[in-house]
Amino acid sequence: MTTRRISMVAAAAVLALGLSACGSDDGGSDGGADGGSGLKIGIKFDQPGLGLKVGDQYTGLDVDVAKYVAKELGTAEGDITFVQSPSAQRETLISSGQVDLIFATYSITDARKEKISFGGPYFIAGQDLLVRADDTSITGPDTLDGKKLCSVTGSTSAQKVKDKVAGVNLVEFGTYSECLAALLGGGVDALTTDDTILAGYAAQEANKGKLKVVGAPFSEERYGVGLKKGDVALCEKVNAALKKMVEDGSWQKAVDANLGPAGYKAPAGNPPHPRRLLLIDSSDVCRPLPRERAAHPVAP
Amino acid sequence: MLETLSNYDVAAAVWVTIQLSVLSAIGALIIGTIVAVLRVSPVAVLRGIGTSYVNIFRNTPLTVLLTLCVLGLSLLVGLQLSQDLSKDAFRWAVVGLSAYHAAFVCEAIRSGVNTVPAGQAEAARSIGLTFAQSLREVLLPQAFRGSIAPLGSVLIALIKNTTVAAVVGVADTAKLLATITENEGAQLGVFFVIAMIFVVLTLPIGVLATSLSQRMAVKR
Repeated sequence: MTTRRISMVAAAAVLALGLSACGSDDGGSDGGADGGSGLKIGIKFDQPGLGLKVGDQYTGLDVDVAKYVAKELGTAEGDITFVQSPSAQRETLISSGQVDLIFATYSITDARKEKISFGGPYFIAGQDLLVRADDTSITGPDTLDGKKLCSVTGSTSAQKVKDKVAGVNLVEFGTYSECLAALLGGGVDALTTDDTILAGYAAQEANKGKLKVVGAPFSEERYGVGLKKGDVALCEKVNAALKKMVEDGSWQKAVDANLGPAGYKAPAGNPPHPRRLLLIDSSDVCRPLPRERAAHPVAP
Repeated sequence: MLETLSNYDVAAAVWVTIQLSVLSAIGALIIGTIVAVLRVSPVAVLRGIGTSYVNIFRNTPLTVLLTLCVLGLSLLVGLQLSQDLSKDAFRWAVVGLSAYHAAFVCEAIRSGVNTVPAGQAEAARSIGLTFAQSLREVLLPQAFRGSIAPLGSVLIALIKNTTVAAVVGVADTAKLLATITENEGAQLGVFFVIAMIFVVLTLPIGVLATSLSQRMAVKR
């Protein structure tokens, strides 16, 4: 009796933990997984220039690429349901089927490829520095000696800059907004994360002319399209759509419209060349790992 | 899951949580006692100051308070407690946690003071003790005994609230969890282990507070 009661309590505790772990993904769970021609696409809701929700409007590079790919997959703009995909929940959203595709500054990494598959990349970003427009003393990661730096608590960018710059004087906040306030107020000298995110902030109406992206990226982040692990057919369709988007100029238009206003130029490697795309998708991204091919046979 | 954790310095993160907890607890007890004395003092102005302190800090969300400390006071106003920003954030977090929990400590102690019959205070004053003497010799010793149980609750709340310090970048257990989640994706097992760490930290305090409050109870 006692053991049973204890195990019930334990089960309840585990359940409660599970609930708290996925408590904030409230936007997406409406209706069936593959209801008709509609697509459920995960984006960021709070990243100006990339994925931003204002009222019921969605703007940003991720959103534009998502709309283009959806169109190529046969889904009209009105049939897309955008779902908020915070960084920590992206793998879960895909593997549980709550979203079909994710365009959310989603860097392709080996750790993530174990859980999901990636199409793309559709953009090569890099970690960079955002400084005040009149600051000429910071030109890259080598000039950070004695400077105060800001990033988001526990983020990849924060971890990388610690490895890259020995003895960096780094303060971390929960969101970029606090870093931005500190930067504008002179409390810190630079804000570091992906250059796309920085360009998005610099291009915001309130910050125009006050901030600039240094333009010396010191990492390579390949933004991919997250999709269900091993779904090669979907992955290849996505890549064909991305290739077409680059070739017909829509890609450049989307980059200029969303990240251009701050004078940001896409770093070297962009646009991800169609040949490079093909190279990656045939050997790297779209294909499941060899040992899984046997378990889940898919068309070659 | 254990493999995941073995790649990270869990001990260092837990140590930061313990340091935050101990330092903030000491700070909160000192400030809280002072504010409690203000709140029961015979001078109306001092009582007003004590009441305002409790109302301001008890009703401010801790996240806001800590962000205000590090972003506002340290970075924007320039009241830095260290040139090293991570040390600065840690020290400001201790200040913020102390100031916030002092309000709750104050109320716990005041509730203890209220358990001392008014007659005792009157008797203390009538045998010629000053207000300070009657506080020190008669009221506070009994008040602390009566407030051990609520103080235990405040201490437990404080330990759990140290996780909020991660929003200003203090490298505590909560930040470790944020880092692991960023690198490896959200994992139920890791959440569970972190939750267990806090249970291990707080459970003994609860047990101790209960047994102490029974043992030290003023027999009336």
